[in-house]
Amino acid sequence: MSEQGPSEPKGRGDAWTEERGTSDTPRAPKGAARSGLSDTPREPKGAAPSGLSDTPREPKGAAPSGLTSDEGARREDGASRAPGGERDDTAPGGERDDTAPGGEREDTAPILEVRELTVHHGQLQALDHVSLRVFPGEVYAIIGANGAGKSTLLRTIAGLHQPTEGSIRYDGQDVTRVRPERRAISGIGMVPEGRRLFGSLTVEENLQVGATYARKGPWTIERVYELFSWMKDRRAQRTEQLSGGEQQSVAIGRALVANPRVLLLDELSLGLAPVVVQRIYGMLPEILATGLTVLLVEQDVSQALRVASHLQCLLEGRTTLEGKPSEVTPEQVEVAYFGLRTPVGEGSEEP
Amino acid sequence: MVWVNDIIQGILVGGLYALFACGLSLMFGVMKVINLAHGDLAIIGGYIAVGVIAVTHIPVLWSFVIVVPLMAVLGYVLQRSVIQAALDRSILTTLLVTFGLSVVIENALLEFVNANSHSLGVNDAIITSSFSIGSQISIAYLLLLIFVVAVVVLTGLQYFLSRSRYGRMIRAVADDREAAQLSGIDYRHVFGIAAAIAFATVALAGIAYGMYSQFSPTTGTDTILLFAFAAVVIGGLGSLWGTLLGGVVLGVSQAIGAQISGSDEFLAGYIVFLAVLVLRPQGLIARKATS
Repeated sequence: MSEQGPSEPKGRGDAWTEERGTSDTPRAPKGAARSGLSDTPREPKGAAPSGLSDTPREPKGAAPSGLTSDEGARREDGASRAPGGERDDTAPGGERDDTAPGGEREDTAPILEVRELTVHHGQLQALDHVSLRVFPGEVYAIIGANGAGKSTLLRTIAGLHQPTEGSIRYDGQDVTRVRPERRAISGIGMVPEGRRLFGSLTVEENLQVGATYARKGPWTIERVYELFSWMKDRRAQRTEQLSGGEQQSVAIGRALVANPRVLLLDELSLGLAPVVVQRIYGMLPEILATGLTVLLVEQDVSQALRVASHLQCLLEGRTTLEGKPSEVTPEQVEVAYFGLRTPVGEGSEEP
Repeated sequence: MVWVNDIIQGILVGGLYALFACGLSLMFGVMKVINLAHGDLAIIGGYIAVGVIAVTHIPVLWSFVIVVPLMAVLGYVLQRSVIQAALDRSILTTLLVTFGLSVVIENALLEFVNANSHSLGVNDAIITSSFSIGSQISIAYLLLLIFVVAVVVLTGLQYFLSRSRYGRMIRAVADDREAAQLSGIDYRHVFGIAAAIAFATVALAGIAYGMYSQFSPTTGTDTILLFAFAAVVIGGLGSLWGTLLGGVVLGVSQAIGAQISGSDEFLAGYIVFLAVLVLRPQGLIARKATS
């Protein structure tokens, strides 16, 4: 397994995006991460697709084996599909293999799939061929320093930026050119950076706006009031008058009442006291228990490591590390985050 | 007693000015568009009323039943096409585009209608007459009716914005259109709705002005737009009640100016307008948009 692992990844990626010969920029950190991943074959989480419950995913403490069982399938596909897919060894290190669409996999399909996404802000390239796949029930964390492109990635997935290259698939559909409001209605919810509440509206009106085009699901305004117990008493207040943490809670509530399938969380910790951040992240299990998938962006690495079931690090618009929190070392994260030096493991994986 | 009468007349005319202004205020409040074609569109409403009455012979007072929906549709269409295209470029572009629209409308009216003045003569005796309070104060039913309509329109608009689902969406989009998109709201459609409402009030303003006075193709810019601006600035941009207050202050100062000297009527209004700009640029009622 282990020897296959490394080579697979690229193959698949290129099937869709053959043009990319970017290879030469050695993305070292990934390699390192990959090695960690490869030797423990992940077995299909598909076994219990619905049940987040039975395998409690503890990002940290849990034994590695316990974790691997969760997301195994990706690896496996890689192996099975390998024969069919043409490989390209020059491709940038796909840290884990992507299966081609329609590839046979025993477990669930990714609910969100970003392929080789490139985004420009004017002349500035904010994202450089970033790919990721988020599976149902995951907490997928993207970390990186300021300006790494994290928020741009999230905003592009939500439809607020148009990519110059690459594609975004949600629930099997290509949504790259779909307008943001259509994406929201189809189940991609987002808590934007800086909360972005409707300041002249009351707490309740903010939630009502969020529920305007709600899908069917467990979340209602009442349920949000249960989640954040202070909120009901202050529902008639304008959100301008709330504290930062309270505003963040309303922003989360506003996204939840639409019953999204994928929830994008952009820098929840921004501008909040650590205690408040803890409390807000403490809500995550309860939110996840309703069957949501979370893709979050966070500058606060320790916070991200605490909640994530999968981790991806961006540096200057490129992926520098990817793996499970239990499988990456703090050193790898440091290197990937700051890009300070060449990691030891570089290149060792190349076939 | 003369002064009391002046003030009362000023307040009533202020209702008409508020009617001029509320569409302008709404479009600025929601999409930050300063619609320089606002007055010309009111005049279009007046001309449509003239045409509708000539063709269908419905009573003048009822012409709004046809004119208002027509103008609302025009508002939605213009917003979704020309104005939205300008907005996508920049706020400043909307100034140029609406200014262009104003020029086009004015010249088209000169070309296809003619430069003569028109008015909407009300034949109903009750409306054209007036009643007296004491010996000095005489109140025209028409002016009172226009004032009542203005208050009803503003109250209804306020209620719509603060209570209804669409009103909530309009306020949300005005606050943060990107965040509204994340809640599944197509802000372009909401802008269209807001423009339709604004144009509906513009139609009422045009009809009211046609009954109160007379209009020609240039009246839109040289009277209605200017008074609407003055009322909005005095009252406070984006505040509906401020719009009514602004209209009333403008009307009263004009009436008082006219009393001092016949030629000072408009001058007095503009002096108040300038004074507010200098002393309280946010307007008498600062913008709170809602509730």
